Amino acid sequence: MKHTLVARVLDEPGVLNRVASLFRRRAFNIDSLTVGHSEASGVSRMTIVVDTRRTPAALVAENLRKLVPVLDVEDVTHRPTVSRDLALVRVRCAPGERSQMADLVAIFRGKIVDVAPESVIVEVTGDEGKVDGLVDLLRERGILEMVRTGKVALVRGSKADVKTRAADMDQPTSGNGAQPTV
Amino acid sequence: MNLTGAQILWECLVREGVDTVFGYPGGAILPAYDALLQYPIRHVLVRHEQGAAHMADGYARASGRVGVAVATSGPGATNLTTGIATAMMDSIPTVFITGQVPSKVLGTDAFQETDVTGITLPITKHNVLVTEAKDVAHSVREAFAIARHGRPGPVLVDICKDAQQAQTEFVWPETIELPGDKQVPMVRWEDLAKAAELIAQAQRPLILAGQGVMRSGASAVLQAYAEKTDTPVALTLLGLGGFPASHPLCLGMMGMHGEAYVNTAIQEADLLLAFGMRFDDRVTGKLATYAQHSKKIHVEIDPSEIGKNVPVDVGIVGDLRGVIEALLPHVPSKRHEAWRIRILGGQNETRTRDIVHQPDNGHLYAAHVMHDLWTATEGGAVVVTDVGQHQMWEAQYYRHEKPRTLITSGGLGTMGFALPAAIGAKMARPDAEVWVIAGDGGFQMTQCELATLQQEKLDIKIAVVNNGYLGMVRQWQEFFYDKRYASTPMLSPDFVKLAEAYGIAGHRVTTRAEIASTVQAVRASGEPALIDFRVEKEEAVYPMVPAGADLHAMIRRPATEEGVTA
Ligand SMILES: Cc1ncc(C[n+]2csc(CCOP(=O)(O)OP(=O)(O)O)c2C)c(N)n1
Ligand SMILES: [Mg+2]
Repeated sequence: MKHTLVARVLDEPGVLNRVASLFRRRAFNIDSLTVGHSEASGVSRMTIVVDTRRTPAALVAENLRKLVPVLDVEDVTHRPTVSRDLALVRVRCAPGERSQMADLVAIFRGKIVDVAPESVIVEVTGDEGKVDGLVDLLRERGILEMVRTGKVALVRGSKADVKTRAADMDQPTSGNGAQPTV
Repeated sequence: MNLTGAQILWECLVREGVDTVFGYPGGAILPAYDALLQYPIRHVLVRHEQGAAHMADGYARASGRVGVAVATSGPGATNLTTGIATAMMDSIPTVFITGQVPSKVLGTDAFQETDVTGITLPITKHNVLVTEAKDVAHSVREAFAIARHGRPGPVLVDICKDAQQAQTEFVWPETIELPGDKQVPMVRWEDLAKAAELIAQAQRPLILAGQGVMRSGASAVLQAYAEKTDTPVALTLLGLGGFPASHPLCLGMMGMHGEAYVNTAIQEADLLLAFGMRFDDRVTGKLATYAQHSKKIHVEIDPSEIGKNVPVDVGIVGDLRGVIEALLPHVPSKRHEAWRIRILGGQNETRTRDIVHQPDNGHLYAAHVMHDLWTATEGGAVVVTDVGQHQMWEAQYYRHEKPRTLITSGGLGTMGFALPAAIGAKMARPDAEVWVIAGDGGFQMTQCELATLQQEKLDIKIAVVNNGYLGMVRQWQEFFYDKRYASTPMLSPDFVKLAEAYGIAGHRVTTRAEIASTVQAVRASGEPALIDFRVEKEEAVYPMVPAGADLHAMIRRPATEEGVTA
């Protein structure tokens, strides 16, 4: 199964290197990793898709949390999210096929953003399944070049709802001598 | 107050409570060395930077304080790396300061430039490159905070030469906040409740105690827990000393060279309480057959360790001492008579096989050296071991009563660790009786630090367990490679003369009868000494769980006609 982790990290030199080094060193199997600016200056946001058949998502999350510039990590897999992947695809397209191509792409709410004599560039945005769907169809026509951003995600609803790790834990007691009621 | 980056470095170290640093100068760290003369910090000049790293490590292990080592850029820094990796694997709070080429020439392959933060990225808890004087105070303060925090570890601060030289306003950061939520999370009461329930149900409980006992100061509460619940305690190599060896509930070491009855007990237990340990492959053997009949409770400060190797029923993230304290009132007072008698059966059987109970047959066995050294020092020494057979014999036969009395490289298994680590330990605890126990192979890896020992006038005793082999590797060749001893016989110098060349008294012991008297003589001398113990060459450490085999599939000491001998 695929899990999606969202990590907020300090935007400082070497952060991506630390994260990549961790994944490499621990042989974590990562499907995709995107990084970009977040709402806060000085904070970047990483969206990481983990293949949990080989790597438990919790292990990835706990190891990420140990990195000093990592502010927090959340597994959003089971939360309602809006997620998007963007693809740019250069696909073979003779002049006479252009309108047919435009119709096909429109079904996926994609568009043709550049035209060359024997090819076009198609842009499509959506969840990964939708992008996969169009890419499969374009493959039949001959994909010459492609780039995908990988998945980015935001949890639906107002930001205040976002669960933190601490809030995850009901009725916490201190580990330092406080008496729990058992 | 305007200070140079170099002065700020030492200002910060003084404020962090550092009294001693271990290091070696060079071009890129020269401004720092020049400024050091103004500060009340003792600098120990080592003979190789690896030694400085192990000394800082030994200092930290012996005292619980942060150990500090200093080196120059390029080769100075790369020489530290074995020591940094050693500290990383065993979670030792250490700070490494390295000089770096001036910031203007970074990335140009300048003279003695090495990407030190790049090289040490996977072997430090954190590292940072400082290019401006204004960042020195914060970086150093943060380094100490990170080194100590949660699961401790090494932090490296790489400071450009121009950042050491430039002047800036010095502001001591009173408090330091690590980014994000790095607090150890609260213990969940339902986890404690579930643990208490498993404990109440258990018939054959067993505690697996690791180094976390030392780190969190949990020895006393661990003992209280074991006694209240009548639970036997098995220890990891790094956990030795966390529970008194003389305690009736103490089983001793578990794992690859643990006693057979200890590993059998682990396989037969119905509840394992893993306290501050991480289920390393050297203690579990084959995971698929490891402790299959038991429920497991894992208490660990590092959440990423819970469930990493062994699935557990209850994982509790927290400081061990706090967690046991919280748990203690909720566990029932119990007796596990039948379980203890079952374990005792194995213990008695082991005793009859044990080599130290065999009559003296004229041979000098390393096991005898350890046993007799233990009695001669009344079990009170801080023993610093190297890596190999002697390390395992020490763990088996020197019975540690108190925390921080065994210092050894567990996770990385670094040969050459003992002598420099002992120098660090002695400087941290000058009143302790410090013994190095090293093999003839490992001792030669860092023996240059004998000069450091003399220069600092340290009363450290050294036992070289001289078997003429890279013994542990020879043992693997004996068991698993048909006795083809490829590159394990080793020629060594005359260790007695070697010691004397450094102005250190040298002794040689070739029979069992001489062990105690020689040990007593060097103890009484009040001076450093080296004893060359010429032990049996082809003796093996028993029992042994072959790497990756079932924990209960142990190779035992073979029996001979006269009963069991070597
Ligand atoms: C730096 C390093 N290199 C290699 C090894 C592999 N190794 C483990 S034990 C050992 C033999 C140690 O020989 P010696 O120091 O004589 O101790 P003995 O086993 O004979 O007691 C070796 C080579 C290691 N642990 N560390
Ligand atoms: Mg040897």
